[in-house]
Amino acid sequence: MTTFLAFGEARDGELRNLSFETIAAAKQIDENAEVVGVVLADQNTENLANDMIQYGADRAVVVEHDDLKEYTSDAYTQAAMAVIEEEDPDGIVMGHTSAGKDLSPRLANKLDSGLVSDITNVDGGEFVRPIYSGKAFEKKTVKDGLTFVTIRPNNIPPFEKDENRSGDVNTLEVDIKDIRTIIKDVVRKASEGVDLSEANIIVAGGRGVKSEEGFEPLYELADELGAAVGASRGACDAGYCDYSLQIGQTGKVVTPDLYIAVGISGAIQHLAGMSNSKVIVAINKDAEANIFNVADYGIVGDLFDVVPKLTEEIKAL
Amino acid sequence: MNIYVLMKKTFDTEEKIQISGGAIEEEGAEFIINPYDEYAIEEAINLRDEHGGEVTVVTVGDEDSEQQLRTALAMGADQAVLINTEDDVEDGDQYTTSTVISTYLKDKEVDLILAGNVAIDQASGQVGPRVADQLDMPYVTTITEISVDGEEVNIVRDVEGDEEKVQTSLPLLVTCQQGLNEPRYPSLPGIMKAKKKPLEELELDDLDLDEDDVEAKTETTDVFLPPEKEAGKVLEGETDEQVKELVSLLRSEAKVL
Ligand SMILES: Cc1cc2nc3c(=O)[nH]c(=O)nc-3n(C[C@H](O)[C@H](O)[C@H](O)COP(=O)(O)OP(=O)(O)OC[C@H]3O[C@@H](n4cnc5c(N)ncnc54)[C@H](O)[C@@H]3O)c2cc1C
Repeated sequence: MTTFLAFGEARDGELRNLSFETIAAAKQIDENAEVVGVVLADQNTENLANDMIQYGADRAVVVEHDDLKEYTSDAYTQAAMAVIEEEDPDGIVMGHTSAGKDLSPRLANKLDSGLVSDITNVDGGEFVRPIYSGKAFEKKTVKDGLTFVTIRPNNIPPFEKDENRSGDVNTLEVDIKDIRTIIKDVVRKASEGVDLSEANIIVAGGRGVKSEEGFEPLYELADELGAAVGASRGACDAGYCDYSLQIGQTGKVVTPDLYIAVGISGAIQHLAGMSNSKVIVAINKDAEANIFNVADYGIVGDLFDVVPKLTEEIKAL
Repeated sequence: MNIYVLMKKTFDTEEKIQISGGAIEEEGAEFIINPYDEYAIEEAINLRDEHGGEVTVVTVGDEDSEQQLRTALAMGADQAVLINTEDDVEDGDQYTTSTVISTYLKDKEVDLILAGNVAIDQASGQVGPRVADQLDMPYVTTITEISVDGEEVNIVRDVEGDEEKVQTSLPLLVTCQQGLNEPRYPSLPGIMKAKKKPLEELELDDLDLDEDDVEAKTETTDVFLPPEKEAGKVLEGETDEQVKELVSLLRSEAKVL
């Protein structure tokens, strides 16, 4: 039997959704694999490990250490390597998140292994990933060594939680030392509430929204839909909203069920972050705007007229 | 300060993608410096102007990569190195590229390495951290601010929209994120000067590497375009009707509400 490590990612004492997606991905890669959930955190690891098991992991390994409160490459590498050395896995699955992107190449290097980053789909032993800003896709396989992949959040559906599932949780003691990058401060910009990369519905505004107040109708629509609000870089650069809302190549890469682009022209760097969305709606006054080329439904019109009416219509449901 | 920049040429952002024989068709495409590497070049030049030293831009590529290296020199880099793997490496991956680069760098005196956080073509973001690990150097990814004071380095990095303030020290590798700076356009005198600046060309042999040492660990088995999307439905009528129809379609046809 093969062993796969599925890395969870804790934030504010809870596991991000993609933690559970890594478990499902590991089972998709090899349905007979024993999937070991891995939790690296500063607290509450026992509970988080049980969450991993209830979402389908067969057992779990945790490292709990004060130095794992914030992600640093050095501390997380030492903790992850301790787990990997203990388990000697055939494969590793991690999220393609800020931490996963930072950590996975270093681990791959230490393990003398290949790494297939940012996959959106598992197709037999092959991994599908978007390239060229989503203008094409490639299929990759591993020729040599570990099967090591990072998965794009919100693409591989997790298993249903099973409260009755249980399994072994092994705690490893790791002596973490020599951290060479010290985090002095973290300025939280991302708003409370739904994490954009995990949101099922996103209402995103662009430069067409014209001001900070212009975002109000978008927030009202989002409230009705239980959606998160995002933005184009154009809107962020213009100061209408914080950069933490930015979607695209530089910002967050999202794959919601429904993406409503409001006053966004559809530059390729924006599309790179959202063109994989299941259903795309564009609201733009320019019928020629590129966003209509990726949209499933479009309304050509003034957003300040369309958005409030759309909110009313949804309210009436 | 001895500053190195890792650079890759990529398809021009607006370039259409075509596939022939299971690979992206490169014939006739316009190439540019990967935009995130441009931030790295700009920052390297600014740091050199502030602290003295030299900026060396390194690329793993083919003979056409000289064009992007000349652009980097015209922006203000001091020298360039082209590691031409065209004849030796058929299908490299990030393991290949990072091994070539770190082999080149391992006997150099390096204070700071800047790379892009991601390339807009393959978009794996692996090369920076892999090179740092091979050189046993600390690294900080997706930086939006950097200041160097003696050995001490203070950095602001973008973590999914949050700002993280990091303190570390040289030698160091960083990967650059949009927001770090506004890359300059090469000036005419810059372009003239660039023609005379040193550009060294190396092959695997010169680094004592064989094809086998850098053989890829992953393989691309297929490249394809996204399924052709049917033209989206642009809704007709007055706003009220458009909105009603949209909600109805989202419920009954798309089933997302
Ligand atoms: C290296 C690099 C990385 C980048 N990364 C990103 C990224 O991650 N994310 C990103 O978004 N961009 C990114 N960009 C920027 C990108 O190229 C575009 O500049 C940006 O996406 C444009 O934002 P926008 O669509 O809001 O603005 P614009 O292009 O100005 O479009 C505004 C749109 O609003 C419409 N409009 C105006 N008024 C109204 C109205 N009243 N009602 C309805 N519609 C209206 C207009 O018709 C227009 O289509 C990047 C660029 C570079 C070079």
